[in-house]
Amino acid sequence: MLSQILQLLVAGVSQGCVYALVALGFVLIYKATETVNFAQGDVMMLGAFFALTASVTMGWPYWATILFAVAVMAVVGMLTERLVLRPVLGHPSFTVVMITIGVGYVMRGVVTMMPGWGTDTYQIPTPYIDQVWKVGGVILPVQQLMVIVLTAGLCVVLYMFFRFTRIGIAMQATSQNQLAAYYMGIPVRRVNMLIWGISAGVAAFAGILLAPSTFVHSNMGFIGLKAFPAAVVGGFGSVPGSIVGGLIIGVVEALAGFYLAEGFKDVAAYVVVLIVLLVWPSGIFGETVRKKV
Amino acid sequence: MRFLFKTGYEQDVRLFQHGGQVFSYGLLAVVLVLAPWWAGDYFMSQLHFIAIYSIVGFGLMMLVGFTGQISLGHAAFLAVGAYTEALMQAAGVPFVISISCAALFSAVAGIIVGLPALRLKGIYLAIATLAFNVIVEEIITRWESLTGGNSGKHLKPVELFGIKLDTDTSFYYLCLGLTVLCALACANLLRSPTGRAFVAIRDSEISASCLGVDLAWYKTMSFAFSAALTGVGGALYAHKLAFISPEQFTLFVSIELVTIVILGGIGFLHGAVLGSAFVIVLPQLISIAKDWLPGGLVPTGLQAVVFGVILILFIIFEPLGLYGRWLKVRTWFELFPFYRRGMFRRQKSYMKSERLR
Repeated sequence: MLSQILQLLVAGVSQGCVYALVALGFVLIYKATETVNFAQGDVMMLGAFFALTASVTMGWPYWATILFAVAVMAVVGMLTERLVLRPVLGHPSFTVVMITIGVGYVMRGVVTMMPGWGTDTYQIPTPYIDQVWKVGGVILPVQQLMVIVLTAGLCVVLYMFFRFTRIGIAMQATSQNQLAAYYMGIPVRRVNMLIWGISAGVAAFAGILLAPSTFVHSNMGFIGLKAFPAAVVGGFGSVPGSIVGGLIIGVVEALAGFYLAEGFKDVAAYVVVLIVLLVWPSGIFGETVRKKV
Repeated sequence: MRFLFKTGYEQDVRLFQHGGQVFSYGLLAVVLVLAPWWAGDYFMSQLHFIAIYSIVGFGLMMLVGFTGQISLGHAAFLAVGAYTEALMQAAGVPFVISISCAALFSAVAGIIVGLPALRLKGIYLAIATLAFNVIVEEIITRWESLTGGNSGKHLKPVELFGIKLDTDTSFYYLCLGLTVLCALACANLLRSPTGRAFVAIRDSEISASCLGVDLAWYKTMSFAFSAALTGVGGALYAHKLAFISPEQFTLFVSIELVTIVILGGIGFLHGAVLGSAFVIVLPQLISIAKDWLPGGLVPTGLQAVVFGVILILFIIFEPLGLYGRWLKVRTWFELFPFYRRGMFRRQKSYMKSERLR
């Protein structure tokens, strides 16, 4: 019984890590540019496809695949910001949401049109596939543990980056107050572009981590939609909140899938988010918002 | 150029501002009423869809374009309308009652969604409605005893006062009639104090409430009205397809409905019609264009790309949508040599943050 719960928890946490990373990606963008990126799931999907090409077509090792996909997606993210988002800077937020939905459409369409990608389902070979780790009576797939370890590692790297590097601190400043940051001589537009790059890279990383459990296909991006509940639960606009929210959603989903009737697993995240929005709209780490007239 | 001399206050709220409008709408009405004579079978079917989508577009336009509330869950209201119609028709309820019930039940669903909307703004509202849509879709899929689950529901043609509307032409008149009714309802609502309150809420909630607009009441009302129109659209949609299943009411449909409003021109009722015509005709244009393109391209992918690119280009270059473009062209002709580039330019508001501290 206990071992079963533990297995469920590990499965939930590892799934939650992916939600957390996607949520982290758009919380970064939201904090910096006040834009909610509905294309985050599709960015993740595109990243997974680049990883697929690197790994299967070119036969690169796993670590090189990750680096390649993250780097390519970072460039894609920066280009997206430069070409699509910057012209609508300052427009009402909902228009910008629609433009990111448009970006998502384009990415999904491009993936289905590309020769070699298409609408089929693929798998990225991982070095630790099907390995199992037995601790006492608990059977833990190494793959799930690796997802957790890699996510934790990425979080540490990102934390160091935002805390100790010059550009990271500039990014924090920009997301707190764009105008003040601009007056301090921070190139706000370039910083925003970099944030889009980082966010897309994080999403690509999430896509690679997700690939072994859901496979790579053009509709993979819908999983990215579950990152919205994650971000809201954690308090929209809070980076640690997005991680915690993602983990909560992942665990709730795993438990709902096991203990409740069929169908609850798919909606668990959305039920949770509705309850949170009704009861506690600011989320766990949310800032209290006061509207000035 | 036309000058409108106003001699009374009623002129401001008149349905037609001047004789020219009466003429042009009359012409449009004649063309549409005569459609069965000039349109082929295929085009008639497209006209059905345009009419149905226009009704839904009106509903969404009232909410998004005039009250400023975001909804990414309108497919759920569409589903409520469609399933109500399907179930009531199966139970032998006359069409007039069943479509009213479709509107009513959707309105109730709208009120349920509207309640959290009183506390939520902007993106939170979008996520809440999105969650609602996913949950409704799942309920429809799982509640097999009522909805038939994934195997769906079949519908018979509409029977209105004992007359079977099973031909393209008769169903077209039904859709057209209901579209005109809904358009008039929206136009009239917008001329009334209620409509002004909606617009006030869109422009600034704080000033609206300072002027005595009851935010909770009007927001709920806007949600209910919008959902009711969507429910009517859903009932017609169900009849048009004659078969409904949960896949027709996914989040994508919601997004497609929002694109109708955005592409058509946010804040104009005309925009709902133009947007739905655009959204319906675009896939046909793409499939025609595909014949000229080199082979090997997957049509669905191409459609998504074209759709996405058009959406992006519209938002960047023509935020007022198709109707905004038409307004600009018309103004250009009306003022012929005096049109200036900046006439429709909106002020950009930088740093309009929701996170003020």
